[in-house]
Amino acid sequence: MSVTEVALEGRGHLAFANPPLLAAWATVAGKKETQGPLGRHFDRIVRDETMGEKTFERAERKLFTSAVELVLSLSGRHASDVDLIFAGDLLDQIVTANFAARDIGIPLVGVYGACSTSSESLLLAAMSVASGTARRAIAATASHHMSAERQYRYPIELGVQRLPTSQWTATGAAAFLVEDAREARSQKAPAQGDGPTLRIVSATVGRVQDYGIKDPNNMGAAMAPAAADTILRHLQGSGHAVEDFDLILTGDLGRVGHPLLELLLAEERIHPKERLRDAGILLYAPDQAVDAGGSGAACSALVCGAMALPRLRRGEMRRMLLVATGSLHSPRTYQQGESIPTIAHAVEVEAVR
Amino acid sequence: MPSYSMHSGECALMDKKEYQKRARQVEPPRPIARNAFWAFLVGGTICLVGQIVQAVLLSTGFTEETVKAPTAIIMVFLGALFTAVGLYDRLTPLGGMGASLPITGFANAVVAPAIEFKNEGAVMGTGARIFQIAGPVIAYGLFAAFVIGILRYALRGVWS
Amino acid sequence: MTFLLAFLVGGALCLIAQVIMDLTRLTPAHILVGGVVAGVILGGLGIYEPFAKFAGAGATIPLPGFGYSMVAGILKEIPKDGWVSVFSGAFKATGAGIKAALIFGVLAAFFVRARA
Repeated sequence: MSVTEVALEGRGHLAFANPPLLAAWATVAGKKETQGPLGRHFDRIVRDETMGEKTFERAERKLFTSAVELVLSLSGRHASDVDLIFAGDLLDQIVTANFAARDIGIPLVGVYGACSTSSESLLLAAMSVASGTARRAIAATASHHMSAERQYRYPIELGVQRLPTSQWTATGAAAFLVEDAREARSQKAPAQGDGPTLRIVSATVGRVQDYGIKDPNNMGAAMAPAAADTILRHLQGSGHAVEDFDLILTGDLGRVGHPLLELLLAEERIHPKERLRDAGILLYAPDQAVDAGGSGAACSALVCGAMALPRLRRGEMRRMLLVATGSLHSPRTYQQGESIPTIAHAVEVEAVR
Repeated sequence: MPSYSMHSGECALMDKKEYQKRARQVEPPRPIARNAFWAFLVGGTICLVGQIVQAVLLSTGFTEETVKAPTAIIMVFLGALFTAVGLYDRLTPLGGMGASLPITGFANAVVAPAIEFKNEGAVMGTGARIFQIAGPVIAYGLFAAFVIGILRYALRGVWS
Repeated sequence: MTFLLAFLVGGALCLIAQVIMDLTRLTPAHILVGGVVAGVILGGLGIYEPFAKFAGAGATIPLPGFGYSMVAGILKEIPKDGWVSVFSGAFKATGAGIKAALIFGVLAAFFVRARA
């Protein structure tokens, strides 16, 4: 394979000469997520959010493992068929992915991009398959409301008043299987059915943006510029007009970040209108007391896997862009008064008959 | 396709200050009146309970002088109990400072991390983190009292 | 009457703290520290004592009352213990509450686990 299989066209835009297939995916959702508008569409539902474990960190790990096992069984593949797994989460030292990989057995590339980990790992999986490095790769991520709260904010038993700009870390996990098109033809995944084939045609690697927002309770405002930067560079790099997309799914700007992204794009005369949706707004209903919306590495992955990809597969949409966004601060940098650097990675998926 | 700057200049999309201004504009306002109402109601009720506890203790033989400590102990016990059964963390999102400012909130601030960090061990978890939130209150309260105490000591005879 | 005063004054103190928090956007921890320090200063100025006599539990149950107890403990002991009371008085007055919280905290951690 030559390196031209993956061409870096301009700043951070990756065009895949042999677009890899998004062959299968699996979503595992917690209780509150299941009570939301997408509740019926998750592959697995978890009612007991401790997963029968002593700690929430272990529960998160179990969610993660369950999503990876599910994507393997849905696609009829075995762990030994998969060359690489790109995975990460929100916890310190990405312990969820690192510890879960002990039992999964697939060679692991640990990824940290905060809530952008979903599209970052998908981008890397697509890159590794498109370049011919791997025949098959899995991208996976998980987050758990309780483990994230205790790491980033306050103890759970301590009552703390939520703010209108606060976002709610989603409990769940998702895994995506990316396959080389030639491999897939010889060994069709059963879950694929007769619907269109989903291909990852290009991607854009995020640039870290920082517009001086310091409030960790307002991550939507901090992340909107990163999403705008990546979307604009993706349009420029891919040559697509915004109208070519049926859906641009950002995650997780929430109700504060979403209008800011629209505003930043409008400054560049880009008006995506109703094409632009946000996973943080879509995951929960307004009456679920999540304030500005959902967040967490699982949020955009859950919405993508439960809503966006099925619509591509049913032929209701032809082209979508997943733009997961991440706040790259830590509790320590926030306490030291630093502003919040953010990033967004874009992955373009198209459905072909 | 308008030409968006590909150069890595900082904040190419919008002036930083301008963006922060816009971000403040789209931010939903805090429900100040509603929060104030619930803080008043919850805080007032907890203090009323405190007054009742104190009245009961006075009727059992405590004096105005000695009643303060047992009142505090009983209120702390109630705050700890509601925290342990998982009710205090439901009260605070509504009551805000009405639940946090009374001494029951202080108990909540001690008991919550004690339970929370149990998984990290009895010494390095519960023991080390027990003052995570209450520590600053005690530290700065005692320091301020020290400063005031020094002043009042120096001024003894002049002002006492 | 004392019960009504406790409710009204205690509620008012909490209301003031809440409004300050919402307007200044400080964290709850900052407001609590501010509350106890305010109680210490008002106690040192001799303002909190008549206030506590007037409002009862409405003044002593909120955290400023905790601060007032610290400084009152020092002031009470100065005639007897002199400068040593500046170090010993505050804990003597508030020790019961702090110790109770610690004991119940350790006990709770023994019996209860964090839940979803």
